[in-house]
Amino acid sequence: MKIAVCVKQVPDSWAEKKMGADGRLDRASVDCVLNDLDEYAVEEALKLVEANSPTSEAGEGSGHTITLICMGPEKATEAVRKALSMGADDAIVITDPALAGSDALATSSVLAKAIKDGDFDLVICGTESTDARMSVIPSMLAERLGFAQLTFAGSLMLEGSTISIARQTEFGVEQMSAPMPAVISVVEKINEPRYPSFKGIMAAKKKTITTKTLADLGITAQSSWSEVKDSQVRPPRGAGIKIVDEGEGGKKLVEFLEERKLV
Amino acid sequence: MSNVLILVDHVGGIVPRAVGELATFGKRVGSVTAVICSSKSADLISQLSTFAIDKVIVCEGVEFEKYSVSATAQALQTVIAKESPIAVLITSSARGKEIAGRLAVRCESGLITDAIDLDSSLVATQSVFGGSTTVHSSVSHGVPIITLRSNAVDVVQDSNTPVVENLAVTFDGVDKAVVTSVEPAVKGGRPELTEASIVVSGGRGTDGNFAPVEEFADLLGAAVGASRAATDAGWYPHANQVGQTGKTVSPQLYVACGISGAIQHRAGMQTSKTIVAINKDPDAPIFDVADFGVVGDLFAVLPQAIGALQA
Ligand SMILES: Cc1cc2nc3c(=O)[nH]c(=O)nc-3n(C[C@H](O)[C@H](O)[C@H](O)COP(=O)(O)OP(=O)(O)OC[C@H]3O[C@@H](n4cnc5c(N)ncnc54)[C@H](O)[C@@H]3O)c2cc1C
Ligand SMILES: Nc1ncnc2c1ncn2[C@@H]1O[C@H](COP(=O)(O)O)[C@@H](O)[C@H]1O
Repeated sequence: MKIAVCVKQVPDSWAEKKMGADGRLDRASVDCVLNDLDEYAVEEALKLVEANSPTSEAGEGSGHTITLICMGPEKATEAVRKALSMGADDAIVITDPALAGSDALATSSVLAKAIKDGDFDLVICGTESTDARMSVIPSMLAERLGFAQLTFAGSLMLEGSTISIARQTEFGVEQMSAPMPAVISVVEKINEPRYPSFKGIMAAKKKTITTKTLADLGITAQSSWSEVKDSQVRPPRGAGIKIVDEGEGGKKLVEFLEERKLV
Repeated sequence: MSNVLILVDHVGGIVPRAVGELATFGKRVGSVTAVICSSKSADLISQLSTFAIDKVIVCEGVEFEKYSVSATAQALQTVIAKESPIAVLITSSARGKEIAGRLAVRCESGLITDAIDLDSSLVATQSVFGGSTTVHSSVSHGVPIITLRSNAVDVVQDSNTPVVENLAVTFDGVDKAVVTSVEPAVKGGRPELTEASIVVSGGRGTDGNFAPVEEFADLLGAAVGASRAATDAGWYPHANQVGQTGKTVSPQLYVACGISGAIQHRAGMQTSKTIVAINKDPDAPIFDVADFGVVGDLFAVLPQAIGALQA
């Protein structure tokens, strides 16, 4: 089985994010990390391989490969390195000045081309990137690749070449299944991502990260089809009234709600 | 007159209020054509009667149940080819956004997700980075596909009876993933989280006892939310989680009980109009965004507030 895991480098979710003068996220002024949710995608790929490997381990001898696919600036390799130290085998990083400011449509077309070239059976993504928060790349990949779409997976099972998931959304839980090839996205309930071990960190230094440009992929950049006209930082929400409960806290709370005509 | 398509979202045979919001936004731009993709469309048409809708196009098929996302995207593409709308509006639910994503690829159209407002020239307002920044954006290629968050606008009522047309659609390119069973989220008579005008949430501070949170919520007619610590512990279903990996809510009033206010939680509730917090720890970050904060034990404060409301 050849598994691709799509991982993105994003600003640390604890960091304050702001817009640059060009109407794009200012990525230079913040610490960037592996998208939290993509760690769950890497973990699920590792679990799938371990469950189907004669040695119960990922890596050589398992009969399966896990390749990370990442589109981003050159420094995105740092995030990729972390996913390699968790146990993925190798990585492809697509980086090109022409890709700066790509929207979801452009991003998905680049990722789809890299996936097509690699002849993968399974593509695993996080459900959303913590910066863009669109949750659309996995479904766009399924559309572009003609793969089955198994997204928002809260659990996953592989039997033969059939994948079954429990799709967890606000509407409830749907059981879904499809033959491979498929695009899967995982919600954070699905597993507990492992911490890279010392051995894993050392091994990751020797793993191959192939950097590709658009020309290497044989495609040209697609311009963004949506544009930001302007952006304003909202005045930070000032803290309001704070009282200490000395026996009247509940009453005072209700008085506040009544004053604001909220009850 | 220009024509705007809106997709009629439906869950368990119920059309949510959010569809009325799409119609309200659509009317700002042109006449509104609602598209129903379902195997039981008759149950849905009557629920549209109070919304500002000029025409209803019905695409009927069991495929919509079996392959919901890809079949709906395919049907919408057929409707777009026939109607040449100037925009397509879809609810920002997990499914709505995925349909929008596939449709954007199929139609080679630009996509905007999670808009909270839309003006007559199709400029969308988005609130990004956990509510800290407001952005105006527009689509520059193809038929603009825009998903709108629910609870963003007051629904304009309209009693005009829309024309109903049936449209046959084919499902040749449909996805191979099949839905084999559905277990709807239990609502328990409370309003849906993203639609409620008041949300009362509980966190780790409830220590698993949501009774006072629920009682307070029911008195206010509110939905109940939870922090990830509470859903992880199994105290409340995942469907009720508020935050970065849960739902984004923007109610008139948000009451956080025993929630510290981690950035991932705030990302899902920071744009609420009024925020009230109850927390034992005076330094909890939730107080930085609260309009009214009570430093105290929720098991003392909530029962007293419930008593005061009932008095
Ligand atoms: C990838 C990722 C995604 C995440 N997504 C989300 C998300 O979507 N939503 C989310 O909520 N979190 C999310 N988190 C988790 C988030 O970082 C916090 O861990 C979580 O929000 C904490 O929940 P809490 O406030 O209930 O618990 P805690 O942080 O433990 O806070 C409990 C609070 O209750 C107070 N308290 C205790 N007892 C009482 C009492 N009797 N009366 C009053 N107050 C009391 C305490 O003072 C404390 O402030 C995510 C984290 C990651 C890494
Ligand atoms: N630039 C990228 N490179 C690799 N994977 C990505 C990229 N952008 C998004 N993804 C994948 O798509 C998922 C959903 O992202 P999004 O649609 O941006 O919210 C992420 O969790 C990643 O798995």
